[in-house]
Amino acid sequence: MKVLLRARESRWLAPAAVAIAVLVTLLLTAGPIRLAGANPMAAYQRYLVTPLTTVGGLNEVLLASTPLIFTGLAVAIAFRVGYYNIGAEGQFLAGAAAATVPGLYLADAPAAVALPLALGAGAIGGTAWAVVPAWLKRHAHIDEVVTTLLLNPVALLLIQGLLNGPWRNSESGFPDSDRYGAGYTLPAIVEGTRTHWGFVIALVLVIVTFVVMSFTPLGLRLKAAGQAPGAAQFSGIPVVRLQWRCALISGAIAGLGGAVQVLGVQHQLTGGISSGYGYTGVVVAALGGLTAGGVLLVALLLGTMTVGAQNASITLQLPTQMGAIVSSTLLLAVVSVLSLRHYRLVFRRRSRVAGEAS
Amino acid sequence: MNLPVFAILAATLTIATPLVWAALGAVINERAGVLNLGIEGTMYAGAFCGFLATAMSGSLAFGVGAALVSGLLAGALMALLTVTLGVNQHVAGIGTTLLLVAVCNFTNRLLFSDGSQTTTEKFDRLLPGGGLLSQYPMTYVAFLVLAPAVWWVFRSSGFGLRLRAVGENPEAADAAGIPVAKTRYAALILGGALMALGGSFLTLSLLGSFTIDIVSGRGWICIALVIFGRWQVWPVVGGALLFAVADALQLQLAITPLFSDVPNELLIAFPYLVVIAALAIWGRGVRYPGAYLKPYRRA
Repeated sequence: MKVLLRARESRWLAPAAVAIAVLVTLLLTAGPIRLAGANPMAAYQRYLVTPLTTVGGLNEVLLASTPLIFTGLAVAIAFRVGYYNIGAEGQFLAGAAAATVPGLYLADAPAAVALPLALGAGAIGGTAWAVVPAWLKRHAHIDEVVTTLLLNPVALLLIQGLLNGPWRNSESGFPDSDRYGAGYTLPAIVEGTRTHWGFVIALVLVIVTFVVMSFTPLGLRLKAAGQAPGAAQFSGIPVVRLQWRCALISGAIAGLGGAVQVLGVQHQLTGGISSGYGYTGVVVAALGGLTAGGVLLVALLLGTMTVGAQNASITLQLPTQMGAIVSSTLLLAVVSVLSLRHYRLVFRRRSRVAGEAS
Repeated sequence: MNLPVFAILAATLTIATPLVWAALGAVINERAGVLNLGIEGTMYAGAFCGFLATAMSGSLAFGVGAALVSGLLAGALMALLTVTLGVNQHVAGIGTTLLLVAVCNFTNRLLFSDGSQTTTEKFDRLLPGGGLLSQYPMTYVAFLVLAPAVWWVFRSSGFGLRLRAVGENPEAADAAGIPVAKTRYAALILGGALMALGGSFLTLSLLGSFTIDIVSGRGWICIALVIFGRWQVWPVVGGALLFAVADALQLQLAITPLFSDVPNELLIAFPYLVVIAALAIWGRGVRYPGAYLKPYRRA
């Protein structure tokens, strides 16, 4: 038996690999679930099935998925051109903080003015947070991984500083901002439910990204720049400029996600506005194969698991961190098994080889 | 303004200690050609496992041992992903960090869910009252044993030369008979151990207890320090001292009346900004190890 590199990938292997990875994940995470005193089958049912069986649950799933679609898309667009933006967390926070500025200081604006203003501010905030690493990458060749990572804690400190200083709640005195003016609310899609128009904005972004990536010359150039920068450069594609633009767009999308989260859910700025959405965005993008459709699917899956994890923590006393264990194990299992498809096992007897040679 | 210079310098050495341990681990990984973004999670695992084992056994030796083992395992996981399977190193590293942090928080929640956060024994400072020299044992080891040892290994030992070879040009190393995969495994496992021991400094020396988010970005700082120090042992140690002096300074300024109007958060952010500025000034045109981020497969 020998392990050989495959010359070509075969089509059916990727879906099969994902199925195997899911099985591996279920097997690996069953141990800790048992350790916590819960039945693994019951837990998986809570994670993956229960949230989808009721209207209320589905609603919560869409709500939980929305920020992940934004950060996942942001990371996917950047990774696709070979710009490793790991700062979606900071850009998301910066967008939330920027959207708060009009929400507090122009509180009386009517919704028709207020929402575009706040969403635009969020996108600009995210871009502003992405611009320094992107500029350093373009002009000084400084690794973007490090600079984007380092700016994440700085963004959180910025928000904490604002909330402990000028934006401290004027009524309670707690470190969270006053509520925004009435115009700064993304309305619910269906009256009486919590899923808001931010989900529709996310869907539009997914569709636009899908069309650009799949059907335009720009999409092809982006793919070339990411997969073979040397060859792309040689054939006249301005790799560095494309990376610079995608870095800024990536920041804008993450920032928009932060704005949507404060305008649609919180209606005020709080220190815990992002529960690691930016880092989970890396999981979403990688599992989604850096494609728009993949990001949407994986964000919905992880959204389901988030709701399921909250559910399981109440009904099964299973700590919510189990959800994070399952999603990160799933990520590592999928990328591992997918990389195995480049190999094939060859079983053959010596005599047959000799026969072929003759 | 009178700054207590000696107090700041003493704090600098303490703050730099976990960074020196973990950043030297990262140097070992990256010189072998692997970027290990699992560093943040590995430090977290070291901090938690060290604390947990000490709390359970009452012995600091067990704690250090557990931290060491957690680092070996984290390094082995990273090696399996990036060396054997050839997974994208950014994705593998972030995934490893997310997994390790989640597992530690989960275990912490299970064992201490009633909020009865235990405090454990912790290491005492050597030479109490010795001013600058009154430091934890791991600080002494970091500067007087670890850094010279790693420097010597890279410069003069066969292992160090093989490690650099597989990180610069794995094809040539392979042709010369150096086992590329084995050497990278060794580098990742050894580096992981140093990162986890660095993390354990936070619980077993500084605090004597474990809190959520205890590492708070120190791993990312180390990744920056390695680039800043151009993968050389002494410049990386120097970078750790630079960050630490900025951090010690901001801690001191926070309790200085003159700075009482400056938001505390701005002061805390100051060392991060110093590192980014230092990278922007001295990080230009650095030469990465030849096989950085590239998995090796024999053609």
